[in-house]
Amino acid sequence: MVTKKEIKLSFFIGLWFMVLTFPIMVIKVNTITNTVIFRWPNLLWVGIVCFFASLIWNYLLRMKEEKKKADTKDDIPIVHRLLQNEKFKIPFLAALAIFFLLYPFVFSMYHTSILISALIYVMLGLGLNIVVGLAGLLDLGYVAFYAVGAYTYALLNLHFGISFWVVLPISAVFGAIAGTLLGYPVLRLRGDYLAIVTLGFGEIIRIVLENWDDFSNGPRGIGNIPAPSFFGHQFGQHDSVIYIYFIVIGLVLMTIFFVNRLENSRIGRAWIALRDDEIACQAMGIDKFKTKLTAFTLGATWAALGGVVFAAKTSFINPMSFTIWESITILCVVVIGGMGSAIGVIAGALVLILLPEYLRAVAEYRMLVFGALQVIVMVFKPEGLIRSVRKIYKFKKVKE
Amino acid sequence: MRLFKIILGVAVVGILGFLGIKEIIADPVYFLELFLGGLTRGSIYALIALGYTMVYGIIQLINFAHGEIYMIGAMTALIVASVLGLWGWNSAVIVILAFVFAIVYSCAYGFTVEKIAYMPLRTAPRLSALISAIGMSLFLQNYVMLAQTSEYMPFESLIPDFKFWEPFSHIITSVEMTIIVTTVIVMILLGILIKFTKIGKAMRAAAQDKIMASLVGINVNRVISTTFVVGSATAAIGGVLIACHVGQINFYIGFLAGLKAFIAAVLGGIGSIPGAVLGSLVLGISESMFTGYFWSEYEDVFAFSILVIILIFRPSGILGRDETSKV
Repeated sequence: MVTKKEIKLSFFIGLWFMVLTFPIMVIKVNTITNTVIFRWPNLLWVGIVCFFASLIWNYLLRMKEEKKKADTKDDIPIVHRLLQNEKFKIPFLAALAIFFLLYPFVFSMYHTSILISALIYVMLGLGLNIVVGLAGLLDLGYVAFYAVGAYTYALLNLHFGISFWVVLPISAVFGAIAGTLLGYPVLRLRGDYLAIVTLGFGEIIRIVLENWDDFSNGPRGIGNIPAPSFFGHQFGQHDSVIYIYFIVIGLVLMTIFFVNRLENSRIGRAWIALRDDEIACQAMGIDKFKTKLTAFTLGATWAALGGVVFAAKTSFINPMSFTIWESITILCVVVIGGMGSAIGVIAGALVLILLPEYLRAVAEYRMLVFGALQVIVMVFKPEGLIRSVRKIYKFKKVKE
Repeated sequence: MRLFKIILGVAVVGILGFLGIKEIIADPVYFLELFLGGLTRGSIYALIALGYTMVYGIIQLINFAHGEIYMIGAMTALIVASVLGLWGWNSAVIVILAFVFAIVYSCAYGFTVEKIAYMPLRTAPRLSALISAIGMSLFLQNYVMLAQTSEYMPFESLIPDFKFWEPFSHIITSVEMTIIVTTVIVMILLGILIKFTKIGKAMRAAAQDKIMASLVGINVNRVISTTFVVGSATAAIGGVLIACHVGQINFYIGFLAGLKAFIAAVLGGIGSIPGAVLGSLVLGISESMFTGYFWSEYEDVFAFSILVIILIFRPSGILGRDETSKV
């Protein structure tokens, strides 16, 4: 399985990384007290970890090559196969529904609150999935539209006292307008510029929110954002968390429904075709620009909806909630979960957001792991955790 | 549309020119300071932008991790300089060793990053390579933050105040002068490398057509590695110089500097080396003017607005050629 040559190679790779990481991993300089600490054990760890990582890396690369050569029929992921199985599908969905219905009554407010944030990420992830996964447009400033939604609610409520339910559609419209305004000039260009421009736009929104004191109250943020009401009835603190939880569940279900319908619609197929081959797609008579703009705008709309819920949930927002890291986290959810696959994105969001919340001890390594996972997923499994399955027609033999 | 663009361009230049001349007459020394500050800034951008533009020219990939390579260069220089400083070495030796280590380590990192994150994705869709690049950038930032610190670390200037420069030092400090001079030297060396050496010729060939280049016996993989190494070396020089100029560094400096340098590369025409230098100088000087005469807190907003404006009106940049996609 592992040849002698590979072991030798991995040994040298381990050595190479020991040299490479020496100044940063081993030496720690304290420039204030002027002391230097040498952390020699780190060197040993780097060597050992890199040796084994290299072995696994080479093995996986070889497996990938062999798989390509073997040209196996693409097997449908187990989740999809289970969901297609009628016998399994109904009890599974029923169990899931009961679990989510009872969750806030069984578990404490703390756990419910964490699940709400994970579900907001599910929504954001599904929205970004339209842009990145289906249409193949890399949007690194997704959080800007999230901020648009959150600030729309906060400001409209602060100045005009407009309630959550009225703001929800308004913010969706605002998000769509922001998406169109940004998408209009940029989407004519080649794909990789889009990544940089959206990244820039995300930062611009944050900087403006931080500096334009009269408008957004600057870095101090806006507080006392009311929780949503139920036909004029305002809940107490505990009940309102449960109420928001059900609103988010409703919104997530709505998102799943929409995304599912979109994916197999004419426009959804146009997105996928455009992602796979732009020129062939144009030759088939699809308006490239309009199709891309629709995807971008729809993605922005979902981000804005997510923003409103976020503002209502935390009741306090400031520009620090809308940094580039937020965009990258959402991108990780989509990429690692599986680009273009709704089930993958949902699973990705729940795993990537809930795990660091409960594993507090390793939470600081979260971004490190996300970065490494992005590279690893792209190299070995570009389709993500749970691959998307395209709808195909199956011919059934007619019984005579 | 073309006429409209020309009229718009003339109008903008005219208004800016009028305002500019008025300001220059009002306070020439302030203008000169801003101009030279912008030139320094532009030189640093140029050193980083070269790496972007060279890599983009060959494999059409935005190397997001390039800013991190620059940060690692500065970090290595800081660590080497502090350790040697505590051991009481001669300051001239420290300067040389810090530069050498920064360059060597940046090159090694650039080389390794390419082998891990980009080489397996040579034939993959561009989106995959781009996501992998972002992942690499994220990983390197967090690796430095966790292994070192997330605080700003003071960086003692490695470049002394030269004696002979004293008469001019009220307009431009000797550090700034060193930055500009070093950049010019690096540019000339790079020009020689690309124009007259064998590997430079191979790089140009690979940039034009990778398959054809490999057919005439060029090892394209080696050329790509060399490009990453050369780009990393110039970025490391930029990193050490800017750290001397600003006086403090942390794990995050590479992100914004990388973005600005990328904007400069696009401004000049991505893929073109003279374009990257020109774009960097234009961006550096105009940014300096903007912060000097208008609002300093919107500096980054200004740079990004420039990017959007170029991409709308002239996506191929100042010196770039128009590209049409082929099947």
